[in-house]
Amino acid sequence: MIISKKKPAEEIIQALEGETKVIVVGCGECATVTQTGGEKEVAEMKAILEEAGKKVLATDVVHTGCAELDVKRVLRQHKEAVKDTEAFVVLSCGAGTQAVRAATDKHVIPGTDPLFLGNIRRSMDFIEKCSHCGACVIDEYGAICPVTRCAKGLLNGPCGGTDHGKCEVDPEMDCAWVLIHEQLKKEGREDKRTRIHGPKEWNVIRRPGELAEAREKVGAAKSGGE
Amino acid sequence: MIVGAYRDACADGKFVISGEIGPPKGVKAETMLHHIDMLKDKVDGLNVTDNQSAVMRMGSLAVSGEIVRRGGDPIFQTTCRDRNRLGLQSDLLSAAFLGITNVLCLTGDHPVIGDHKQAKGVFDFDSVHLIQCCKKMNAGADWEGNELDGATDFFVGAVVTPEADPIEPQMYKFARKVEAGVDFFQTQAVYDMDNFRRFMEQAREITAGTKVKIMAGLVVLTGLGMAKYMNRAVPGIFVPDSLLEELGSVEKEEQLRKGMEIAARHIRFLRENKVCDGVHIMAIGREEIVPEIIAMSGASDA
Repeated sequence: MIISKKKPAEEIIQALEGETKVIVVGCGECATVTQTGGEKEVAEMKAILEEAGKKVLATDVVHTGCAELDVKRVLRQHKEAVKDTEAFVVLSCGAGTQAVRAATDKHVIPGTDPLFLGNIRRSMDFIEKCSHCGACVIDEYGAICPVTRCAKGLLNGPCGGTDHGKCEVDPEMDCAWVLIHEQLKKEGREDKRTRIHGPKEWNVIRRPGELAEAREKVGAAKSGGE
Repeated sequence: MIVGAYRDACADGKFVISGEIGPPKGVKAETMLHHIDMLKDKVDGLNVTDNQSAVMRMGSLAVSGEIVRRGGDPIFQTTCRDRNRLGLQSDLLSAAFLGITNVLCLTGDHPVIGDHKQAKGVFDFDSVHLIQCCKKMNAGADWEGNELDGATDFFVGAVVTPEADPIEPQMYKFARKVEAGVDFFQTQAVYDMDNFRRFMEQAREITAGTKVKIMAGLVVLTGLGMAKYMNRAVPGIFVPDSLLEELGSVEKEEQLRKGMEIAARHIRFLRENKVCDGVHIMAIGREEIVPEIIAMSGASDA
């Protein structure tokens, strides 16, 4: 799940300076769960914008805000408003905002600040667990990711800032190395810790990332048939 | 003290003493240069801190080079916080060019605890990788195995926190640093000599069969308030009650002297009982007291 928080309304209104006509787009997936861009938040944003003297021509919540075809389909349903509007306020993650970007040439404004890829512990309680580093190493660490859970992303053990199981960055935050140690002890796999782990190979994925497996397969099948 | 003095002292098996220089925040270097000149012949090596506590300062590379120029033997501290593997290796080659032979490999404090909280911490390498990298460069190749036109000849150090709680993850990392080929350790500041002796027993088991030297870190207690602060706010530091009481037993203006006495007593204890191979004395901006502490400990007569 992509965890985001709402941008301050003033920031959004400021970004709309000189523009009156707006469309508000939400997302039915992550932004709905994080309560930043579901039906309710989209309605709230409409009210805020109208209060600020804006004219909200349309609102909608795309089922999956990062699915570019879905976004295009939804916007087609608001053809007149899309033609008439000056700007879009998107209550989704940065990917969703850029899915709107791909569907229009008008001014697109993010209405949230995307934070991290997180797990949902309970309602509105999220924790970051994966950094999408391109090569998963967590088997070496009791399935606790040091790249993400250690504030420095260290790979060979704690730094000098570990303090009674907590991190120097925030005394409320667990030191990943103590969690990893406890976990490997439970599994009886402490031997995993004796060898040196090499640094991350940051080139295993080209950034910005792209993966078009399906298209490649189709392409391969086509060329194979010729 | 000359370049190579620190490595020679370690090789000779004498009780090694190092001091520390904190580069200034700004270009006025008079005080620092005074400290360098005063200390360089009283100790075997002089550490130069690298943006210590993630506070931006003059660089450890330039200051280490200046220590070489002045006839001292610097221990170039370098952290993984501010540079990726290209920057680190480039600085290591520059260090060798400047005549620096000792390198202390550190992770580095996180930017959020320093004075540029919005900075991105790099941590492309961790301290274990940095040790491995120094060793590769000593063998004539860079990290990627590309041949160097002239190899380095570094004496490579690292740090360990004897009072870390829990200690096990700390000891695993210590073991990895030994495996990576580190030559010496400087510990985080220690104040409880019984605890430290127990730590050294564990450490010696891991370093058995190697020539790894371990130097106890001593931060001079300058007063009761400072000692309490260290206990409360600095990870991995434990000042026992007996020392707090000892500091508190004298008037405030006498507490620095008491702290110097404690440091001297600890140096004497560690040396006479052969607990470790030396000490690294940190006076954090009050380096002028270090020669007197060494004299008080009797270590200068050794």
